[in-house]
Amino acid sequence: MAKVLMKGNEAIALAAIKGGVDAFYGYPITPQNEVPEYLSKHLKANGKVFLQAESEVSAINMVYGAAGAGKRVMTSSSSPGIALKQEGISYIAAAELPCVIVSVMRGGPGLGGIQPSQADYYQATRGGGNGDYQLIVYAPESIQETIDIMKESFDIADYYRNPVMVLVDGLIGQMMESVDFDKPVKERFLPEKDWATNGTKNHPGKINVANSLHIDPNNLEKHNIHLQEKYNTIRKNEVRYELVNFDNPDFVIVAYGTMARICRSSIELLEKEGISVGMIRPISLFPYPKEAFTKIPNKVKGLLTCELSHGQMLDDVLIANNGKHKVGFFGRSGGMVPDPEEIVEAIKNFDERVVN
Amino acid sequence: MTVKYEKTKGLTDKPLTYCPGCTHGIVHKLIGESLVELDILDKAIGIASVGCSVFSYQFFNCDGQQAPHGRACAEATGVKRVLPDNIVFTYQGDGDLASIGIAETIHAANRGENITVIFLNNAIYGMTGGQMAPTSLIGQKTTTSQDGRNQADHGNPIKISEMFSTIEGVAYLERVSVHNPKNVIKAKKAIKKAFQYQKENRGFTMIEVLSSCPVNWGMKPVDALKWVESDMIPVYPLGVFKDKGVNDEKN
Repeated sequence: MAKVLMKGNEAIALAAIKGGVDAFYGYPITPQNEVPEYLSKHLKANGKVFLQAESEVSAINMVYGAAGAGKRVMTSSSSPGIALKQEGISYIAAAELPCVIVSVMRGGPGLGGIQPSQADYYQATRGGGNGDYQLIVYAPESIQETIDIMKESFDIADYYRNPVMVLVDGLIGQMMESVDFDKPVKERFLPEKDWATNGTKNHPGKINVANSLHIDPNNLEKHNIHLQEKYNTIRKNEVRYELVNFDNPDFVIVAYGTMARICRSSIELLEKEGISVGMIRPISLFPYPKEAFTKIPNKVKGLLTCELSHGQMLDDVLIANNGKHKVGFFGRSGGMVPDPEEIVEAIKNFDERVVN
Repeated sequence: MTVKYEKTKGLTDKPLTYCPGCTHGIVHKLIGESLVELDILDKAIGIASVGCSVFSYQFFNCDGQQAPHGRACAEATGVKRVLPDNIVFTYQGDGDLASIGIAETIHAANRGENITVIFLNNAIYGMTGGQMAPTSLIGQKTTTSQDGRNQADHGNPIKISEMFSTIEGVAYLERVSVHNPKNVIKAKKAIKKAFQYQKENRGFTMIEVLSSCPVNWGMKPVDALKWVESDMIPVYPLGVFKDKGVNDEKN
């Protein structure tokens, strides 16, 4: 397949099909509607399952059911819809069921707006569901990167028996880019799903149960420790980030997704003015790429965290920085997307931005 | 020596967690027997809900999933859509199905999901200690309606079978009771028929089973069974509410 011009949400849908999705369960919400719309036509045509649920709550529980049955399953939604899915996401993570959740962020809080935002960083990495659980969270910056990650996400989810969230915003969902669907995906050894609840006929002598209830506190703590060990393995193996312009920077920007794209332009503008700015672009938000911060030269004057929010990833930057450098913040919200020049100004007036 | 009666292979040997005098155990047995008699135990997946039957996945001798409160029909839908040749059933109480999970249940029925719902109506929240349910009777004293349920504050008991009888996707719907042997036999027939219909891909089937809760009703087990007959059945009449029939066209 040659390069094609495609809208972000539709590309997410096609990448899911390329990634081997067996079933999609979702509920309409702007700005991700092209994902279910595309899948409603193309999944059924391929003998797979597409079902529009009566609510986000129901959709995520359908995902639980189908994931428990051993199938490759996904849902997609946007901010208030992801909020409604949090209960189910906690159960899925607790029961160690693999699935892919696409979150196309829009402005919040509440009903908020429908324009691009990154105000659901906490929602993705801290979770609104109960208990000690983690999603594996990827935040691509382009449609191509979104496609590559989507295709691989099903393998990663199966490998760790953990939900993977692909976190983009309305801008990536709605824009069009020239993309390639044929990039190979890293091969992983994926064991057979001998835990699937697909009838004892398929595994005689053994009853399989998808469950998150451990009424004996000893067992629940053991289960939690097991989950934490898994999350630590993920922290060790699945960190992804990009270092941009890291040769000899005066400042370092930390930004992900759409904001990182804008910052690339800001870095070029600053270069022309003789100010060298590097960038840490986290691609995995959990696990957070703390190690990238060890590569920041000592002489750097400060780190500017840029987000389409009022400072959520900022917490992780402060943790990773561990007091070493001055940390500043620049953010826009509510669907307001900054021009590169605004970040140029923020770097030039860095001292006014410092939060630590 | 002939074996006249034995425990169904449809249930595991795990001791039940239900209170003395509770009728959940009878209903479990009827489900287990039906799955064995229809030869579908090895392709059955039971969805446990939240409530007294939260551990039911430990009791049915088949694969299972434990659903969040109220979401059993959504989970069952998720499973059945990807495994259409398996048998999928939910086991839910009245708090789970008629209160928090009513949306999931109505829409699963409306889609005509080819699943079987076993709905235990004991007119109270059992596991949490006897709070008022949407199915509690007018005048019924519970820990959250200590002067008795009244219509002005709480509305009337919700009649699930009557409501669901209007839904096109429902293939078979019957309300039964297990308060005496005669009705247990009728309940068995209904439950088995529901699974038979699922086997034949007829659509959504639901059996509402009136059940007693002596502990939370504050009654002796025998009195509780009598109360089912004297007080519950007049509000929740038994019978077939919908049956698309063996000779009807599948829709």
